[in-house]
Amino acid sequence: MTADTAGGIGIRTAVSAPVTRTSELIDLSQSSLRRDRGAILKRYSWLLRFLVPLFVLAVWQVGSQLGFISPRKLAPPALVVDAAIELLQSGDLQTALRVSLLRAATGLAWGISIGLSIGVIAGLSRLGDQIFDSSLQMIRTIPFIALIPLFIVWFGIDDAPKIILVAVACIFPVYLNTYAGVRNVDPKLLEVGRTFGLSRLAIIFQIILPNALPGVLVGVRYAMGTSLLALVAAEQINAASGLGYLIMNASNEIRTDIVIVGVMLYALLGLSVDMIIRGVEALLLPWRVTVVSK
Amino acid sequence: MSLAELSRPTAGGGRPDTGAGVGVRLSGVKKRFGDRVVLDGLDLEVRAGEFTALLGKSGSGKTTLLRILADLDTVDHGSVLVPRNRSVVFQEPRLIPSYRVWRNVLLGLKGGERTRQRANQALDEVALADHADAWPHTLSGGEAQRVALARALVRQPKLLLLDEPFAALDALTRLRMQDLVAELWRRHQPAVLLVTHDVDESILLADRIVVLIDGRIGLDERVVQPRPRTRALPEFDALRRKLLNSLGVVVP
Repeated sequence: MTADTAGGIGIRTAVSAPVTRTSELIDLSQSSLRRDRGAILKRYSWLLRFLVPLFVLAVWQVGSQLGFISPRKLAPPALVVDAAIELLQSGDLQTALRVSLLRAATGLAWGISIGLSIGVIAGLSRLGDQIFDSSLQMIRTIPFIALIPLFIVWFGIDDAPKIILVAVACIFPVYLNTYAGVRNVDPKLLEVGRTFGLSRLAIIFQIILPNALPGVLVGVRYAMGTSLLALVAAEQINAASGLGYLIMNASNEIRTDIVIVGVMLYALLGLSVDMIIRGVEALLLPWRVTVVSK
Repeated sequence: MSLAELSRPTAGGGRPDTGAGVGVRLSGVKKRFGDRVVLDGLDLEVRAGEFTALLGKSGSGKTTLLRILADLDTVDHGSVLVPRNRSVVFQEPRLIPSYRVWRNVLLGLKGGERTRQRANQALDEVALADHADAWPHTLSGGEAQRVALARALVRQPKLLLLDEPFAALDALTRLRMQDLVAELWRRHQPAVLLVTHDVDESILLADRIVVLIDGRIGLDERVVQPRPRTRALPEFDALRRKLLNSLGVVVP
């Protein structure tokens, strides 16, 4: 055939006969896949994460110094640091944080418990599904912040309405993900339980729930974020203590330095929530392939 | 040996005799999915300790039959007698991902039977004792299937149901698994029902080969070649041709 006469060979190996024409072949040992072009860039890539924040900080500082940014609208970075130190020394920040975290944690605990229970029931039984699912799907579409005025009327203005709001907001992410987690357990595994003589209860506890856990934890992760959101909303509309109160008070006095301290604290809380849930996942799901992604 | 009855009692049927030496007894089994008749009055008796291979084209109902024997599907008609103690190896390993390998092996065993030692013994038989603490997702396909085999055998079943257990494995692993199954069968002597579409595999492993055609037994062959078997003998080829012909494959 022509393939032979053309002098071409398919693959060149170490023991192959001398090749007359190699112009039709490309050398894959020089493949761009192998070339480690960005090795140095890769090693220091974590530094890149700080590039944008540092740039923003620089613009902020320089802008303030040159008078482009009015200190009444946005206090310069140095003042914000001073405000943080001041709040820490007076203990106001610690008190506010403690009050807020306690509210968020209480509400979160209730929300997770309720969402988890209903999610498991609705996921496991058709009856539970019919009773709960459509109602919850309906309530889910209500933005929970819209409930604040009603909660003030119902539960007053102390801790109760805030905790309840957080709980209500947290039920749904936990419920939805638990429900999906239970429903999505591989039916083939359930057959295994059946063929090896597991009781219905044993199948639930040994197969369904452990394998629904990754979904549950996704829900809990969402709920933790939501709990902060709900707390901010509740505390800024009416409160006499807590982080939201601190921020609103500062805003009334046009103390943007304190407002920014508060906002940054929320960001830090969000970050620590993420770290906590990663730790919990690594602890509870050692069998998962990609639990802790680097 | 006592057999457990899976079917509803058939009309007019007396107490079926559960004679000694019977591994499985199916009579008049009918099963349809919608309009499609999958099993059409199937009769089959397997002796205790007998290695039977079940061949058939895809859609011939061989997996349905196995699922009926595993109590994962019901029959529309007829009676099904199987030993109470039976286990299954599926096409996929189906290990519980949240259990370590040794806990997977012990799945469903009761109280005193659930010992680490017992799991280790079973894993040793499939040469995986050193993987006892591994998570299933870290195993290769062949390793996971060997764990599934250990899980099936640890309960000393009287009937072992194998649903194309080697189909998803690479050719080399498949050969090794076939040897392993033959060896484990020799050692434990359960009745085996191997569902497969691999004619060579059925001749290498089974005492008896049953071909399912149109929901009934179309061909029922005994394999007389002594073990261990080899493809080199003319008997092998003759039987292979016969089986392939019955499956509608014309061999030149």
